[in-house]
Amino acid sequence: MASGITILDPTNESKPATRQTLARPASIKGLTIGLLDISKPRGNLFLNRIEELLTERGAKVLRYSKPTFTKPAPVDLRQEIATQCNLVIEALAD
Amino acid sequence: MSSLVPVLPDGFVVIVKRECATCQMIEPVLKDIAACSTPLTVYTQDDPTFPESVSAIHDSDLAVSWHNNIDTVPTLIKVVNGKEVDRTFGWLAADWQRITEIAELGADLPAMRPGCGSMSVDPDIVDKLRAKFTDSPVIARTVQFSDAEDEFEAMYARGWTDGFPVIPPTRERVLRMLTGTTRHPQDVVAIAPPDLVELTVEKIAINAVMAGCLPEYLPWVIAALEAVCNDQFNMHGVLATTMPVGPVIICNGPGTRAIGMNSGINAFGQGNRANNTIGRAVQLTIRNVGGGRPGEVDRATHGNPGKISFCFAEDEVGSPFTSLATERGIPLGQNAVTVFAGEGPRCVVDQLARTPEELTNSLVACLQTVHHPKLVIGFDAILTISPDHGRVYAEARWSREKLIAELTERSMTPGADLVRGAREIAEGIPPHLRDATLPKFRPGGILLTYAGGGAGLFSSIVAGWANGAIGSDPVTRVVGS
Repeated sequence: MASGITILDPTNESKPATRQTLARPASIKGLTIGLLDISKPRGNLFLNRIEELLTERGAKVLRYSKPTFTKPAPVDLRQEIATQCNLVIEALAD
Repeated sequence: MSSLVPVLPDGFVVIVKRECATCQMIEPVLKDIAACSTPLTVYTQDDPTFPESVSAIHDSDLAVSWHNNIDTVPTLIKVVNGKEVDRTFGWLAADWQRITEIAELGADLPAMRPGCGSMSVDPDIVDKLRAKFTDSPVIARTVQFSDAEDEFEAMYARGWTDGFPVIPPTRERVLRMLTGTTRHPQDVVAIAPPDLVELTVEKIAINAVMAGCLPEYLPWVIAALEAVCNDQFNMHGVLATTMPVGPVIICNGPGTRAIGMNSGINAFGQGNRANNTIGRAVQLTIRNVGGGRPGEVDRATHGNPGKISFCFAEDEVGSPFTSLATERGIPLGQNAVTVFAGEGPRCVVDQLARTPEELTNSLVACLQTVHHPKLVIGFDAILTISPDHGRVYAEARWSREKLIAELTERSMTPGADLVRGAREIAEGIPPHLRDATLPKFRPGGILLTYAGGGAGLFSSIVAGWANGAIGSDPVTRVVGS
């Protein structure tokens, strides 16, 4: 929903106004990928399979989980992932 | 434009509001005017049922009041063939009688009673009206945040801040900022490094809002940006260097006092809005429009806190010396900014000197340490004399020229003490200068200024970056309107 305040762009407008996604890595080989289980039932089954597939492709996988899917990830957990991983996959399952 | 400019009908036009006691007082007068042959149109700003004595049009969006520059109610305007030919405001019986040509109009009322402020100039809504009604050539792209986004966090996330929060540059705020200059919003002030993009008055105003400037600071921000965005100051190099320098802005002229700049206690420090936000607006503009960000083009090893903002005014009233701006060719009474690629300030303590010679020797000893005691000529410096030190020179009647000459003479050092390896220090000047005798600074390399609080036998030194064609030269620009 875009119903917040409107401001005038302070930049030279050479980049799109929306937030940019990071460039995709050319390969995941050798990268550390975090798998964040948001603690919904059976999310772990989905992530187990993802871990197998990523490991086959040469990535190192680290597993994390949120205390509860009803709240945002705690700051400590976000910082832990940010310092330990190159990429993160957040899984939703039911 | 968001609405058509309302055309006033011929005859007499009166703008009133119920909240105004003078408007209420003249109700009988309106009835008398309505009874004469010239048509009367009354606009009411607040209560559509007021005045009760005559019918009125509700100026509900204040378009009539805004477009006709109504500052005070009641205002009486005479319109002939669609053109305003006469106007009075408040209640001045003689004026109302003259314009309406009704001799006894309001004869039973006091001869004069001031009116009240028009709702169209109410400070709480004037910015919204300006944004709505002004045909402003503001063309910046708009960015709409989502309702789930905190706007302050959103501006951090987009990389638009210097690490402190910035004020959201809404259209209303930017239009208000633009009232601080007579320049057109699309005037190109400079080509902003490092991305070399056209820097317009509008983009400066947006960043000045974010920095927290008042509109009257805008001409100073514009002048400072003109001064840094050129080959002489070399803003690109100042960003890119690993040395800890940023633009230090020295303001001169009566305007520094008009906008409330600080040249006294804590002149380099926190607390004064003009000092801090003018410097910050310059840096935010370079960051956001020019694209100069730390870790990207800005490669400073340590940087310095003055790269958030370092801007102060000279105390021209208290100074025993001619001002820096005067020295640099600006006529007395003109407002000007001088920009200098400088690091943070350092203190010179001398609480014992009572003669100008003793004090000058102390200043020289400290100035010799600028960047390295064995490096000379290549770096300029700002020297800011405090009132307590300034008094020593005032009593001895030393002028700016005398002090600079003495500083230069007393800094002369034999090349043998400065060359590489001398004094068991590898750093130093090239060996071929061994037989020369050299001053610390090149001619013009000391920017003498006067500022600071009235207590403290201290002066201050701000060291510069590499000077001349390979680095940066100080630049002075007149502050326009």
